[in-house]
Amino acid sequence: MAMSVIWTVMVAAAVICGLATGNGPAVAKGALDGAAAGVELSLSMMGVMCLWTGVMEVMRRCGVADALSRLLRPVLRRLYPGYAGNQRVMDAVSANLSANLLGLGNASTPLGLEAARLMAEGSGGIASDGLCMLVVCNTASLQLIPTTVAGIRAAAGSADPFDILPAVWLASVISVAVGITAAKLFARVWR
Amino acid sequence: MDLFFTMLVPCLMLAVAVTALIRRVDVWSALTDGARTGLKVSLSIMPPLIGLLTAVYMLRASGALELLGQALSPALTAVGIPPETISLLLVRPVSGSAALGVGAELIQTYGPDSLIGRTAAVMLGSTETTFYTIAVYFGAAKIGKTRYAVPAALCADAAGFLAAAWAVRFLFGS
Repeated sequence: MAMSVIWTVMVAAAVICGLATGNGPAVAKGALDGAAAGVELSLSMMGVMCLWTGVMEVMRRCGVADALSRLLRPVLRRLYPGYAGNQRVMDAVSANLSANLLGLGNASTPLGLEAARLMAEGSGGIASDGLCMLVVCNTASLQLIPTTVAGIRAAAGSADPFDILPAVWLASVISVAVGITAAKLFARVWR
Repeated sequence: MDLFFTMLVPCLMLAVAVTALIRRVDVWSALTDGARTGLKVSLSIMPPLIGLLTAVYMLRASGALELLGQALSPALTAVGIPPETISLLLVRPVSGSAALGVGAELIQTYGPDSLIGRTAAVMLGSTETTFYTIAVYFGAAKIGKTRYAVPAALCADAAGFLAAAWAVRFLFGS
């Protein structure tokens, strides 16, 4: 329901503001361009997505994911108490987390989606606490080395493009901690 | 450093394949079976992505983002966020590529080693495209009732933006 409201508000704001500022034709063109961009983006993601779900399946079958899972399990069991006993969910979640940490954004998304799909099985379209936590953790950036941003800074002539690393880590840790705390608190009161 | 990150992905693939072969796993059929699942997932992402990008493109074209920026500027200054970064704050949760564009523009305009440039960089590096992530995850999981995921994720975003502004101030001075 939340997305329905957000989407409607976004479209309403665009239409009203577009008419008021005389940008109406641009808004109309934006709608067409945006729809086309949605198709382009999902198609351009498709190859990488399939490659990574493929690699993930190889990892799963040869036990690499198990080893990774064991390493991250103490943390993840606390974060996802509802799925602590579900091997396949824990595999996908732990692989998703390690890909996030390494900044393999294209790899982490298919892994996270696999976890989300498994968590949603038999849930009747209602998000479980674990699924909400997974989404919150993935909306907070856990990247150790923000290479894209460092690239932009280098291009703009920064003296040391990587000097923001401590600030990025500090901000990331605070952001993730607040997200996890909020999710845990909301889980107790939200029905 | 650059080469290390460039080669991380191919080397990871190689390491997985070699490990699988040593353990006598049929790498090829595992890879293709997995890719087939990925195909289903990427198809289920397309509808929410089309919907979201349509709305974002309309918003950008309407000029609504700039208006909101002007309205929110005093509140931002009060909590310690440079008001110049407002366009980044607004765009960041909805569009990754737009945020990268806005951020790069801020960094170039004010200089990469300025307070605003650094703040924009740290904001980009410590937050994610929240609404896109939410749409994609719940779309793939076929979830209609998202419960508290959106407010909790927005709490994390707000904390990330504030922490970015404060961390830059704290670590790099005024």
